Amino acid sequence: MIRFAKVSKVYKRGARPALDRVSLGVERGEFVFLVGASGSGKSTFLRLVLREERATSGRVHVAGREITTLSQWKVPGLRRQIGVVFQDFRLLQNKTVFENVAFAQQVIGRPRHTIAREVPETLELVKLAGKEKRLPHELSGGEQQRVAIARAIVNRPSILLADEPTGNLDPATSAGIMKLLDRINSTGTTVVMATHDEVIVDQMRKRVVQLIDGEVVRDESEGRYVVDSEAAAAAALAGARTDRTRTERSA
Amino acid sequence: MSRFRFVLGEIGQGLRRNMSMAVSVVLVTFVSLTFVGAASLLQMQIGKMKGEWYDRVEVSVFLCPSGTPRVETCAGGEATQDQITEIQGILEAPAMASYVDEIFFETKEQAYEAVRAQAGEEDWFQLLSVDQMQASFRVKLTDPTQIDIVMDEVAGRTGVEEVLDQREIFEPIFLVMNRATVLSVGLAVVMTVTAVLLITTTIRLSAMSRRRETEIMRFVGASNFFIQLPFMLEGALAALLGAVLATGTLWFGVRYGVEDWLSSSVGFVTDYVTTAEVWLIAPVLAAIGIAIAAISSLVSLSRYTKV
Repeated sequence: MIRFAKVSKVYKRGARPALDRVSLGVERGEFVFLVGASGSGKSTFLRLVLREERATSGRVHVAGREITTLSQWKVPGLRRQIGVVFQDFRLLQNKTVFENVAFAQQVIGRPRHTIAREVPETLELVKLAGKEKRLPHELSGGEQQRVAIARAIVNRPSILLADEPTGNLDPATSAGIMKLLDRINSTGTTVVMATHDEVIVDQMRKRVVQLIDGEVVRDESEGRYVVDSEAAAAAALAGARTDRTRTERSA
Repeated sequence: MSRFRFVLGEIGQGLRRNMSMAVSVVLVTFVSLTFVGAASLLQMQIGKMKGEWYDRVEVSVFLCPSGTPRVETCAGGEATQDQITEIQGILEAPAMASYVDEIFFETKEQAYEAVRAQAGEEDWFQLLSVDQMQASFRVKLTDPTQIDIVMDEVAGRTGVEEVLDQREIFEPIFLVMNRATVLSVGLAVVMTVTAVLLITTTIRLSAMSRRRETEIMRFVGASNFFIQLPFMLEGALAALLGAVLATGTLWFGVRYGVEDWLSSSVGFVTDYVTTAEVWLIAPVLAAIGIAIAAISSLVSLSRYTKV
């Protein structure tokens, strides 16, 4: 679903690369945690998948297309296959819950009867049925994030990117959000989630990709969050190995 | 259809949010287009007046009067009958036939009568006598643009005091009107530049205040065109409104200023611009207004709503 081949991203000429020759594959229907400190390259990874940025070198394949050379006018088509959720929710404050979710369908020209059917379905899925008419400021943080998730998945994207979706939430609420993401993943949507939250990573027992200074130092399925540098170094070796096997497998 | 309604809603929201900016865009385009329209109406009026007057243009060949000579050719005193015959001969010569349509000789007595008819019983007329008047040839031309040929032929001959091109009488009027045109074109240019800058700023502000919306639109894969359309239409709508106001103002100006007032108080011009001419330039003004908006949109949108 997502494949990075020796991808580097340098924001400013001469500066240290934000991503350094990263090779990584994410299969259809997989759930991947992207962990690492601030500035390790998690956000850059997500931005490259969205084609918010172009890779400086290497190739990025998303949903069957090579997107580093994708022409500008095809970018909207790519983004319709991807849903995004952010730490700060990014809801439209003057629109109701229903309108916020409907917005994502309106702007890509979905007919009104489709919107009238699919928005309530999606709100049902994220357990917000009955709160359609509320405004974002009348909701709790967890509820706001559910609205954001509903907006991200209402167009049925094949990939869901989540950038620290639980960063602003307390542990109990976070657990609820993770359950929801897990359920979305189980319907076949590929989920890539960048996070700092070790508790969540440890509980979920999913594949973990760890980035340090723009390099993949660890990549293991059912991994744990590794904090100390010694373990990270050990993991780096193992990661390099699994990385190689993965690349070989996809090649 | 739902897309269309959505775009309309966005435009309405954008205009309401930036009401004062939208109003100022409307006013600036209104003023600039009014000047553009006034300039073109002035030029149309000049064209009409030239057409009307130049067709009737005559060359007046004034013969030397009695009294102290004012020019060298009149050193011999009042034009003699011989001189008059000679000049008439020149004007009636076969070489001139293709330029001259009609020749009319006005004697001193006829000139005196003509002045009396105009002046009536006014005091200053009492001071005039027949001998102070000048005899003249009035030459009607077949083609008024060939006037110089006729003038050169008779000018400077003994007995001729002055050859007058009637067009020169109108020159000051045209000069004033042409200067007024230059002035309004100048103001129109300044106002148009202002309009472009103002619309650019408005779109920028509008894009900033809708940053969240456009960001989400980009992330869910709305097309560029769809994201930028509301902004472009907002600018176009404001500019179009300005054009409508400008047309209305020009219409009122021509209807009440020219058709009602000017044509009844200034009689020497019979052919004035009418509201029909205003309707003629209205679509041009609208096109200019939309062009202003389009240029501003292109400049600002490529910069402020990047994919």
